[in-house]
Amino acid sequence: MNVLAVLAAIRPDSWNFPLLVHVFGAMVLVGGLVTASSALAFAKGDRKLLRLGYWSLLAVAFPGWIVMRIGAQWIYTKERWDELPEGFDEPGWLGIGYLTADLGGLILLISLVAGGVGVYRMKQGKGAGLLKVTLVLSLVLLAAYLIAVWAMSGKPD
Amino acid sequence: MSFDDWVLALHVLSAFSLVAGIVLFWVMVVAVRRIDTPADTLRLGPMAKVGNATVGAGMGGTILFGVWLAFSYGGYDIWDGWILAALVLWFVGAGLGQRTGKAYMEGPRKAQELEAAGQTGPNPELLAINRTQTGLLMHTLTSLVVLAIILDMIWKPGA
Repeated sequence: MNVLAVLAAIRPDSWNFPLLVHVFGAMVLVGGLVTASSALAFAKGDRKLLRLGYWSLLAVAFPGWIVMRIGAQWIYTKERWDELPEGFDEPGWLGIGYLTADLGGLILLISLVAGGVGVYRMKQGKGAGLLKVTLVLSLVLLAAYLIAVWAMSGKPD
Repeated sequence: MSFDDWVLALHVLSAFSLVAGIVLFWVMVVAVRRIDTPADTLRLGPMAKVGNATVGAGMGGTILFGVWLAFSYGGYDIWDGWILAALVLWFVGAGLGQRTGKAYMEGPRKAQELEAAGQTGPNPELLAINRTQTGLLMHTLTSLVVLAIILDMIWKPGA
């Protein structure tokens, strides 16, 4: 039996719900990013699709990020990673998770602001450039979160 | 990372792909409820293709890598109750997902008919088809089944 299987077998039941919150939030976040990216990519200037893409980011991906981040902190505390003795480093997969969650959150906020201004400017026939920025940032985030999912599930170290 | 760790990572990535597709279709289910013109209905076609691809990759990946793990991982067996439950739920979800797709394909089909007939304006019949209650019910049930699989995978009852 490898280490992961042992860990899975001994994971206390009390960790399951925080893990569910973390995973569910992350899944909604990724789903929102896929939806927003596809709507923005296929819009080709169509206002309704551009708006749908932006609102997918705001109303699906962003709440997903919040739930994912709350779940992450909850399971982090439950697993007592915050009580590591001095001289012990956190595993690399945890670092990847933290980096993508927090830096990704900042990039998500920037893309939301850019997209929001872009959607507002659409009324004057402008804003296409800003929504392209939102699309590019969404794709970058999607790639980063897929790497994070790989790291958190495969646990390379 | 061992080979099994890679398979586990691909299994989880497949699950994310599946849920991403379901989320995308939820956004489309909500968006299409306000759409009553053929052009706007058909404009969602490329997005639906992305959804089909992610759900397809997710369904294929979860079953393939999941069954591999059941045989390969020490301590787990394909006959474990929670794994059997996941397999049954996977097949139920696949069936429900197919019915969802069938229900929501009626809208684009009607939209193509209307466009071919030169009717490009708002159409109440198209709106009613886009608001399919069967499709909504099937998609809700599919989502609940996938949620049940996730709960089963995390809690592993009986393991």
